[in-house]
Amino acid sequence: MEEGVVNEILQGPLRDVFDSKQLITDVSGSGNNWAVGHKIYGCQYRENIVEKLRKTAEHCDCLQCFFIIHSMGGGTGSGLGTFVLNLLEEEFPEVYRFVTSVYPSGEDDVITSPYNSVLAMKELNEHADCVLPIENESLFEIVNKIHQMINSGKLGSTVKQNSLVTSSAGSAKTLQEKPFDAMNNIVANLLLNLTSSARFEGSLNMDLNEISMNLVPFPRLHYLVSSLTPLYTLADVNVPSRRLDQMFSDAFSRDHQLIQADPKHSLYLACALLVRGNVQVSDLRRNIERLKPSLHFVSWNQEGWKTGLCSVPPVGHSHSLLALANNTCIKPTFIELKDRFMKLYKKKAHLHHYLQIDGMEQSCFSEAISSLSDLIEEYNELDATKDGPRIDPSRLKIAV
Amino acid sequence: MSIVTVQLGQCGNQTGHEVFSALCSDIRGTHGLCSKKENESYQDACKERFFCEEESGGTALKVLSGVQIWFLSMAARSGLWRYNSHSHFCQKQGSGNNWANGYSVHGPRHKEAIMNLVQKEAEKCDRLGGFFTIMSMAGGTGSGLGAFVTQCLRDAFPTSFILNHVIWPYGTGEVIVQNYNSVLTLSHLYHSSDALLVHENDVIHKICAQLMNIKQISFRDVNQVIAHQLGSVFQPTHTAGGGPGYSRNPLGDLMETLVPHPEFRVLGLRNIPQVPETSLAYSTFSWPGLIKHLRQMLIANAQMEEGIDWQVRPPQPGSSTPSTNKPLHFNTSIANLVILRGKDVHSVDLGSFQDPSLYTSWLNPQDAFNAWKTPRAFNKYEKSASLVSNSQFLLKPLDSIVGKAWNMFASKAYLHQYTKFGIQEEDFLDCFTTLEQVISSYTNL
Repeated sequence: MEEGVVNEILQGPLRDVFDSKQLITDVSGSGNNWAVGHKIYGCQYRENIVEKLRKTAEHCDCLQCFFIIHSMGGGTGSGLGTFVLNLLEEEFPEVYRFVTSVYPSGEDDVITSPYNSVLAMKELNEHADCVLPIENESLFEIVNKIHQMINSGKLGSTVKQNSLVTSSAGSAKTLQEKPFDAMNNIVANLLLNLTSSARFEGSLNMDLNEISMNLVPFPRLHYLVSSLTPLYTLADVNVPSRRLDQMFSDAFSRDHQLIQADPKHSLYLACALLVRGNVQVSDLRRNIERLKPSLHFVSWNQEGWKTGLCSVPPVGHSHSLLALANNTCIKPTFIELKDRFMKLYKKKAHLHHYLQIDGMEQSCFSEAISSLSDLIEEYNELDATKDGPRIDPSRLKIAV
Repeated sequence: MSIVTVQLGQCGNQTGHEVFSALCSDIRGTHGLCSKKENESYQDACKERFFCEEESGGTALKVLSGVQIWFLSMAARSGLWRYNSHSHFCQKQGSGNNWANGYSVHGPRHKEAIMNLVQKEAEKCDRLGGFFTIMSMAGGTGSGLGAFVTQCLRDAFPTSFILNHVIWPYGTGEVIVQNYNSVLTLSHLYHSSDALLVHENDVIHKICAQLMNIKQISFRDVNQVIAHQLGSVFQPTHTAGGGPGYSRNPLGDLMETLVPHPEFRVLGLRNIPQVPETSLAYSTFSWPGLIKHLRQMLIANAQMEEGIDWQVRPPQPGSSTPSTNKPLHFNTSIANLVILRGKDVHSVDLGSFQDPSLYTSWLNPQDAFNAWKTPRAFNKYEKSASLVSNSQFLLKPLDSIVGKAWNMFASKAYLHQYTKFGIQEEDFLDCFTTLEQVISSYTNL
């Protein structure tokens, strides 16, 4: 929507990548108001959006999935973004919908971000096939860590100047400003790794629809915690096995997760590992065997690993790993969101901005918070099984 | 007689590719250790089964009848052979590891195109010897579409032999829903296929690690071992009473010797020796040694020639209730086939395999055991011995897969992914029932 932002991209180095006919802009944004994005801009631009989607879809030989990339805290990404999600389900019901959502952190500068996020969550619960939540706090910490590595020359290693993660950070930017370009770069890498099997060959391909199939055991539990390694390159290209194993260990550590969560201490429902580069099945197996004992898997999926091998590594690295986990460690994120929402909602703060929009009623809020509460409850139930005794159901008996 | 091979999905195509490479390099190789005439006869027999000469007169062999179903078409790596350019069915969209998607959506949608292709390939054969499908059961295409295609083959060719080569995944996941996909595949195949020849990734991986000394094992390494083992079965052989010349009906012979009863169709395969190629020139083996190891591998259900449990012995003859007196871990057989290739093959004594205590009581040991011997050496091994066994080899792995699938089914996890493509809970239950029946039958041997 925001003309200003879009224009800046169109003047940048990637301007030719975007088809200008496929852009829809309006003068102002949505004023950080989910209702404005969802109800007003939604209705106003509905036909325009549908037409542009149809046109793009027709260019595809075989349409596999849609990626929605947005934030939850604002108005356009959150409101109009979820409106488009609904549209996609109506117009293309068989095509998978992957959503990469940036969740607001505690000290977010948008006051109404809890409202926007919870209202958007309801839509994600009901209409998305798979959601990859990202938290700015995590991205910020990761970028900080990389800067420290460069500045202090730690580990005696040099960071390659053209490695993807640091190249757009630019040493001119100070650490006081939020280095959004570098942070966004990490999310971009996530999406690159996710789609690498679809773009390059490998001995064990992992399609996008396989991700949804393997990582979503129950329809509403489709939130995946992601982690990426390596986040920096080492000048030493011939990496011996030990370093490779380090990569696997890192993927499960708290520092590499893209949300503020620690999957190791919570319950895994499912886990996927997509490896790129010169990594073979024996490396995968060795590391899974090594890491398995320290992870808690749900009783009905004790060996639930989905693996993919892509031969082509990312630029500047010899191999990389993307781990996607359906893990109950995402629960605290949702609980915090709910708490922040309730703080505002109890006082009815800022509600009038929303309720004055056509189509918005109090029930939108109550339904949204109830949807979030139900989701949290589902995760609670699973967590309750974590340390309990394992009782295998008895098998069918056959008359001899 | 010619065999139509059908390769389905990533595993099926990658493995099939290695199989043709192995067959081709074997017949082109110069390590036959036999007379020139014998060698030529062997080459001709192999070509009759799998290859035809290029019309343009080039030296590369063209696969005679084969269908490849996958979204990528694979060109042969060496110049020794190639696929027929029109035998490839391209699947634009994968099945997403979803058996129901492969079986209920892609199957019917592409049935006509695929069966037309198969029909064309079958017509190329002077005499159709049957169908050999290569697939995995963990994914969506090999498993789901594979099960559907097998059914279609059975309907369209009711009197032809169908042998399904099924690759079982690693126990700790390649695919999270692999146990569901496996249960659905095996139960469906049981109704349409004549026999299932099984390879387990875990077992082959161990062979690569411990016997072949491969440090960083890739899927290509695994597939090459599988290809070697399959080649040792499907390359031409002289059958027992078949007279001079090579057997013309490999699939038929296999079924006749190994599948006397329709309830028992799961075949395991062992091949020894397996050594790294670099050590081949320095290794010598004796037939008595090989036979002794192979027999113990059968009895003790060992996966390879290292680490065999020599304590396991067959039950003593003369016991009144053999099934309850059978010692634990003893692997009872219904039927066994030993295939020997190489030097001095005709002098080998296989009497130890005819011991009645190895077999169930309801088959005559003379009928239960067969041997095929061929003096022409295979794939640079001076001596090579294979065992194709219809026994309790796969009972434990099968039981484990069904157990894990049942565990997941009880919690209803992932079921919505299958029901949305038309596979309901009742369908799952039917499949579980079929397999529990198979497990029960094999357990009570």
